[in-house]
Amino acid sequence: MDFETVIGLEVHAQLLTDTKIFCSCSTQFGAAPNSHACPVCLGMPGVLPVLNKKVVEYAMRMALATHCAINPQNVFARKNYFYPDLPKGYQISQYAYPLAEHGYIMIDTGEGSRKIGITRIHMEEDAGKLIHDDHNPASYVDLNRTGVPLIEIVGEPDIRSPEEAAEYLRRLHEILVYLDICDGNMEEGSFRCDANVSIRPRGQKEFGTRTELKNMNSFRNVQRGLEYEVRRQQYLVENGEKIVQETRLWDDAQGVTNPMRSKEEAHDYRYFPDPDLVPVVVDEAWVADIRAGMPELPQAKRERFVNDYQIPAYDAGVLTADKALAGYYEDVVKLCGKPKIASNWVMGDVMKFLNEDKKSIRECPVSAKSLADMIGLIEEGTISGKIAKEVIADMYATGRTPQEIIREKGLVQITDEGALAKTVAAIIEANPGQLADYRGGKEKLFGFFVGQVMKATQGKANPQMVNDLLKKMLALRQAQDDID
Amino acid sequence: MELHQFTIHALQEKIRNGEVSALQIAESVFSRIDAVEGRIHSYIRLMKEEAMASAARADEGIQKGDIQPLTGIPIALKDIVCTRGIPTTCGSRMLHQFVPPYNATAVEKLAAAGAIFVGKANMDEFAMGSSTETSYFGPTRNPWDLERIPGGSSGGSATAVAADECIASIGSDTGGSIRQPAALCGVVGMKPTYGRVSRFGLIAFASSLDQIGPLTKDVEDCAIMMNVLAGYDPKESTSVKAEVPDYRQFVGRDIKGWKIGIPKEYFIDGIDPEVSAAVAKTIETVRQCGASIVEISLPHTKYCVAVYYIIAPAEASSNLARYDGVRYGFRAADARDLSEMYQKTRRQGFGAEVKRRIMIGTYALSAGYYDAYYGKASQVRALIRRDFDEAFARCDVVLTPTTPTPAFKIGEKTDDPLQMYLSDIFTISANLAGIPGISVPCGFSTSGLPIGVQFLAGHFEEGKLLQAASAYEKSAAVEKRRPAL
Repeated sequence: MDFETVIGLEVHAQLLTDTKIFCSCSTQFGAAPNSHACPVCLGMPGVLPVLNKKVVEYAMRMALATHCAINPQNVFARKNYFYPDLPKGYQISQYAYPLAEHGYIMIDTGEGSRKIGITRIHMEEDAGKLIHDDHNPASYVDLNRTGVPLIEIVGEPDIRSPEEAAEYLRRLHEILVYLDICDGNMEEGSFRCDANVSIRPRGQKEFGTRTELKNMNSFRNVQRGLEYEVRRQQYLVENGEKIVQETRLWDDAQGVTNPMRSKEEAHDYRYFPDPDLVPVVVDEAWVADIRAGMPELPQAKRERFVNDYQIPAYDAGVLTADKALAGYYEDVVKLCGKPKIASNWVMGDVMKFLNEDKKSIRECPVSAKSLADMIGLIEEGTISGKIAKEVIADMYATGRTPQEIIREKGLVQITDEGALAKTVAAIIEANPGQLADYRGGKEKLFGFFVGQVMKATQGKANPQMVNDLLKKMLALRQAQDDID
Repeated sequence: MELHQFTIHALQEKIRNGEVSALQIAESVFSRIDAVEGRIHSYIRLMKEEAMASAARADEGIQKGDIQPLTGIPIALKDIVCTRGIPTTCGSRMLHQFVPPYNATAVEKLAAAGAIFVGKANMDEFAMGSSTETSYFGPTRNPWDLERIPGGSSGGSATAVAADECIASIGSDTGGSIRQPAALCGVVGMKPTYGRVSRFGLIAFASSLDQIGPLTKDVEDCAIMMNVLAGYDPKESTSVKAEVPDYRQFVGRDIKGWKIGIPKEYFIDGIDPEVSAAVAKTIETVRQCGASIVEISLPHTKYCVAVYYIIAPAEASSNLARYDGVRYGFRAADARDLSEMYQKTRRQGFGAEVKRRIMIGTYALSAGYYDAYYGKASQVRALIRRDFDEAFARCDVVLTPTTPTPAFKIGEKTDDPLQMYLSDIFTISANLAGIPGISVPCGFSTSGLPIGVQFLAGHFEEGKLLQAASAYEKSAAVEKRRPAL
């Protein structure tokens, strides 16, 4: 049977505010357990939440970036359930009146660009963390994460394959990071994803029974988890078995999904408006203010790179995947004025070195200025492209300027025609056998002579001049012989 | 007259004149407590040591001319307001050893105004009750008849004032918990407008209804307390940034030409005839003060109790979820796993009435029932509020009985929650509408039990309440009696 896959994703993103959503505790990750936990975090009797306005502003940025309509009045609600990492016995979230609704983002698929709907974006507080003692029957609660602001981005079931799901996530992730509202760190849990997945015979309108997947902490695992789950559901249907609506956990080590214990998901959250908070009123002036402060988003940047710099869409995609990388690239272009050459160097050598060292562009020892200077030196013929490879490796390793390296290593290109002509003549003289073969028709040996000249000049000879001189002198030889 | 029998304003004058010291007042109050507390049980905890130290400090200030609005005045705090370093139990086993690391804003304000804290007053567990019988620490008795309840949930706050075990107190009012015990104990009690007094540090029962307010010996003292308590608090999101007038200016003004609204829905069958008679007399007195009487209608009154007993338990079921034995408070011993720890802790830590309300509230919010219960109740609540908006377009204040009967016997209604709930029938509407209300004494039953009358006004019109109550208090021929203890 031919099946269609239907996927909807729920993404939780931690916002990068300095303080928590309902108190003034720090949101810093990695502090000693419970060192960022005040009476509000602990859910002590009588204490009250006060909303951090920054959280609303950050969430509004995401809402605008994903073309959502912002609700002029949105309301915090309590999601009630018992768990030791949830101090109040309820999570303050939004339910009936979320911050924003009805948005979308565009993703690239094999068949072109596609719109994926965003149902809603709402604000909520994160829960704490349980630490289980491996040696004793005890668990400990760390409430540092309690009250760290989150936005939940609920997507429409518009995704049709695990690859599309991963692509959608990458795009969302990219936008969040571009907006400077989330660090996007999946391992530390700043960007988390749950997936709803079902299958249906192609052409059928109704959705099949869905399962919810949790515990996938990388783009790759989201794709793997979904691929597994789709296969599992197909197997069930093809064998006449029923798909059970349930929550399943992705087991990375085994590469399978397993059902959560049903008791853990048997929740009736009893949502109701939180009487301790007043509705968040968002007027048009506030929205306009946030809109005015929005940075350029990845999609727009890609289009601008293609149009303004005349670089291929592929290059624009690679360069804009990371906001800092795009900024670096633009700095180089501004300084050297050679967009395509700059993109080759950034995407080639610079990214190769960074990837080898698992470093980000922020940690790159080669400044945009140095790279631009190096490109300038190639352009004006001071060094050859080949020498530049050596120079940039040195720049990366030592952080020195290209001028410094070229001066110290004596790498300035030989462009003195008289000197080069002597070398070329000497090489021809020194290799009579190759010369004879060349003249006998083995034209490939031209490369041999170029190589010998470059070797003799330690690569410093201007390649174009070597080519020209060789051609000229070999032709001259031929002419002389013909005369003889 | 002994010092503990005086009002705030009388004592203030004596302090200013140098007639008495804060220590003398505190000593007088604690000697009174020694004499009567064993019979009444107003307090869960006395703070004598701290109080004496505060009084000594107050006297040093007085010597230097530093006299604040409550300097040297012994005040009782309902044990629902958090006091830093002092156990705050909420009348529950769940919190019987809980020591907050912070003060309620109201406590901070009282302390800054020079108040001397006498102790933490007894109350119904988590403020759920109308008789102070559900306290984990045992019931409080009405000073006018020790066989009877003092009302609740702020029973201890009311009896401490009535029996002169303090000069004034604060309570909290979610459905009448200040006004009802004030009426049954013959003192003045005010529930301010929702948002007027900070709820920060007030242990939540029903967050959209809870409000802290004073219980005092007369209306002027109520105004003095409100001057200290009222005001915006950045620590509370529902706190309102409305200007706070000097409430004392309303005391002693007349009410000539005022329109007093009498809602026909509040004068129903089943009201004790002596209460009816006392209120009728009050209406006559108010008329003689130069006010005119207008009959008004609050058509949704009959739904108040039903709406209240959905909204309050619903919020409570969520507010009380934090008492799970994980971080603070009571934790049951011998639990084998997490779920058992939750169950045993909450089974042993909460009393029957609290559990009943958690069950009702959980049910009302459950999937499939929300719309029919909580959703519908919220809609009717909006109608109740509109009733009052319309009423206050026609009158300055509304006058009603505070309670349908005088104080009932201890144990009389403990087995009949519905009867118990009906004792708040006249006070609940103010909480649902968010408006202020005050109860002032308006007479005694033939058996010598106090009766109260309630005035209600529009949002942030506490001044009007004080003016009406003070005008009435001045001209009423209410006999000044003291409980015979």
